[in-house]
Amino acid sequence: MRVPPDFGINDAALHDVSVASTLQAVKPPEAEIMAALERCGYDADTIFAIKLAFEEAVTNAVKHGNHSDPSKRVFLRWYVDPERVVLMVRDQGCGFCPAAVPDPTADENLERPNGRGIMLMHSYMTRVLYNPAGNEVWMFKDNTGRARGKPAT
Amino acid sequence: MEQPSTHLKIRQSGPVSVIEFADRKILEELSIQEIQEELLKYAESRPGVQLLLDFSNVDHLASAALGMLITLHKKVQEQSGQLRLSNINRQIFQVFRITRLNQMFDIYDSSQQALEAFGAKK
Repeated sequence: MRVPPDFGINDAALHDVSVASTLQAVKPPEAEIMAALERCGYDADTIFAIKLAFEEAVTNAVKHGNHSDPSKRVFLRWYVDPERVVLMVRDQGCGFCPAAVPDPTADENLERPNGRGIMLMHSYMTRVLYNPAGNEVWMFKDNTGRARGKPAT
Repeated sequence: MEQPSTHLKIRQSGPVSVIEFADRKILEELSIQEIQEELLKYAESRPGVQLLLDFSNVDHLASAALGMLITLHKKVQEQSGQLRLSNINRQIFQVFRITRLNQMFDIYDSSQQALEAFGAKK
């Protein structure tokens, strides 16, 4: 799937990498993304939000999508400029239906130990979209209200 | 005798066990599982335990860490004990608020306030 058109980014501008399906293997590209956010002048709260959303998406891909099988791959695409961030995480699993995940903030689910990652991604990012198969998530963060006019990276 | 923990720093303040996290980031699945096992084992062996989890050293966590806290909360309740949390930074408290877990846990600004709520002296 190409970058959703309404994210306003040329698909060719995205960084593109695949790594082994382990949380450790995702750390170098994550560090690159975080460094790009720093360079673009993102504030600490926004960096916290994007880091958390990215890590939840990656954890879902490694653990639930690829069933913690390190021989599988996780595919990442990202773009960072001072006004917006686009992140994509895809796994090699058979996908899931996001709408079927119960609301973890409902009274009856509050004590369930799992199922908060997706709602945190929605809370912290401006938009979260899945491909029809449910094994690829695109996240968009609009930073136009906070941008300080630093160059794209 | 219990093995020294690599993830937790435990001290006693009167009847209250004050536990701090050694890691600034409670992120990794494996370390969260290890922390959970240590905390559950600690609570299981101490009926009526009064536990204070101090987050002053923590600046990032994953949603799996929230699951760990929920599991610990249930275990402490089963043991007729009490669990309180303190020194949660603003960004992490926001995670608790978004997930409504601030309503489940007794959260205090400082460990001193939490200890006073236990009725303990520091």
